[in-house]
Amino acid sequence: MLGLQALFFYIFAFVSIAAALMVVFSRNPVHSVLFLILTFVSAAGLFLLTGAEFLALILIVVYVGAVAILFLFVVMMLDLDTTGLRQRAQQYAPIGAIIGVVLLAELIIGVTGTYYQPHLATATALPTPPLAAMSNIQALGAVLYTRYILFFQLAGLVLFVAMIGAIVLTLRHKENVKRQSIARQVARTPATAIEIRRVESGKGI
Amino acid sequence: MDIFSLYVWPALIILGQSLLFLVVLLVLIAYILLADRKVWAAVQLRRGPNVVGPWGLFQSFADLLKFVLKEPTIPASANKGVFLLAPLVAVVLALATFAVVPVADGWVIANINIGILYVFAISSLEVYGVIMGGWASNSKYAFLGALRSAAQMVSYEVSIGFVIVTVLLCVGSLNLTNIVYAQQDGLGTMLGLPNTFLDWHWLSLFPMFVVFFISALAETNRPPFDLPEAESELVAGFMVEYGSTPYMMFMLGEYAAITLMCCLTTILFLGGWLPPFNFVPFTWIPGVIWFLAKVALVFFMFAMVKAFVPRYRYDQLMRLGWKIFLPLSLAMVVVVAFVLQLTGWGNTF
Repeated sequence: MLGLQALFFYIFAFVSIAAALMVVFSRNPVHSVLFLILTFVSAAGLFLLTGAEFLALILIVVYVGAVAILFLFVVMMLDLDTTGLRQRAQQYAPIGAIIGVVLLAELIIGVTGTYYQPHLATATALPTPPLAAMSNIQALGAVLYTRYILFFQLAGLVLFVAMIGAIVLTLRHKENVKRQSIARQVARTPATAIEIRRVESGKGI
Repeated sequence: MDIFSLYVWPALIILGQSLLFLVVLLVLIAYILLADRKVWAAVQLRRGPNVVGPWGLFQSFADLLKFVLKEPTIPASANKGVFLLAPLVAVVLALATFAVVPVADGWVIANINIGILYVFAISSLEVYGVIMGGWASNSKYAFLGALRSAAQMVSYEVSIGFVIVTVLLCVGSLNLTNIVYAQQDGLGTMLGLPNTFLDWHWLSLFPMFVVFFISALAETNRPPFDLPEAESELVAGFMVEYGSTPYMMFMLGEYAAITLMCCLTTILFLGGWLPPFNFVPFTWIPGVIWFLAKVALVFFMFAMVKAFVPRYRYDQLMRLGWKIFLPLSLAMVVVVAFVLQLTGWGNTF
């Protein structure tokens, strides 16, 4: 099935590059985000072709299903002025170009580094178990929760701190606002909520 | 000849299977839609649709013709491409998930190892149909509906994810077929009643079953959580500008998602195609009948909830999702993991 795999590789690769270009060039910011989603999905397809099925679906669940939705959410709410955005984008183009070049250089070094320094690969990477012997998830879990448990937990802690920080920064308790306390409402009984008075006629309460 | 036997023939077989499955599924969805209206009517002491065909059995097909033959209207200020793409996204994604659903032993289009993750991933994309439709309509009501829906579906996905993790801990596999196999023995066998419906996960993971059911209601925008299309506040929410075929596709996508959630509840908690008693008179009935019966039962519960329960307020919905379901399901993941680790129960595939 190698021919078919190559065909799908070219389809996914072409779509992801074309969509990535459209992210930059489309006039409407919402369209940009929609093309970004298309890029993510085709990247997931590329993962799938290399046999990393778990990573592919996690990419879809996390990036497409959660992160990109928040992007879309924010961009739709902002109602951006696109003409001003174009001008500023040209202002920032040199910085973007520098970041792009640095990223490209890093990628080239990362991919080809082990070719020039073969001992690096054996020093860092664990041997990859064959796909037939162990499923993606088992292989990933066996490494992530044993050898790299500290890094895994630290990454979780960083995210946790970020989440709490965001809540602390935005949470304000106003004094004069009536709040609904579900526990108190549920705990009310006729005995605590109702008072029965015997009203004599013509006197009022 | 080599190419034919290697590529073309398997592709044709898969295409044929998928087409057959889709046709059966669409007819099933048509009748599920009718059942929804009939149950709702029965609760309110009405007759429901009863004119087209005997007992109104062809009502859904009449509706289909009505929608398809109407003229589609696109608002002048709408974003045309996205406006037309949104219902397509909704319906295609909802139908695509069924590729991995096993309706009987071995009756599945794609028996992949990470089936449940695939279902979870694709159903997490279904919110895009709603958001895109709501934004592209360029209308206040539609946009408010889309925003509500985005927050709601993302919130309840979290607890659905944890419920699925709990089941996976007990099963030891992400394959949907294996999830059903794992329910052949369980709590019922331990209690001394083997081969019964007590073995299924609904009993051993009962709190998760309840959480999953309610989250499924919220995830599919069913009443009492149908705030994205709350007609008393938002007219029809994200669908307000839609008519004719695009509207029908939204409806189809919605009911396909509901059917999927019923199938998923059946597979995760009600033993899939397994008969309720694994001995002679019950094992004569084929698995697909049991599967459909269970899906119908779960859908009946969906329909009854719609008929009984008044709509939630939006802050109550968010409170339920984040402050009750999320801690509860997270705690259950920890508890179940501990129990399985300490006792050595659970399966491995």
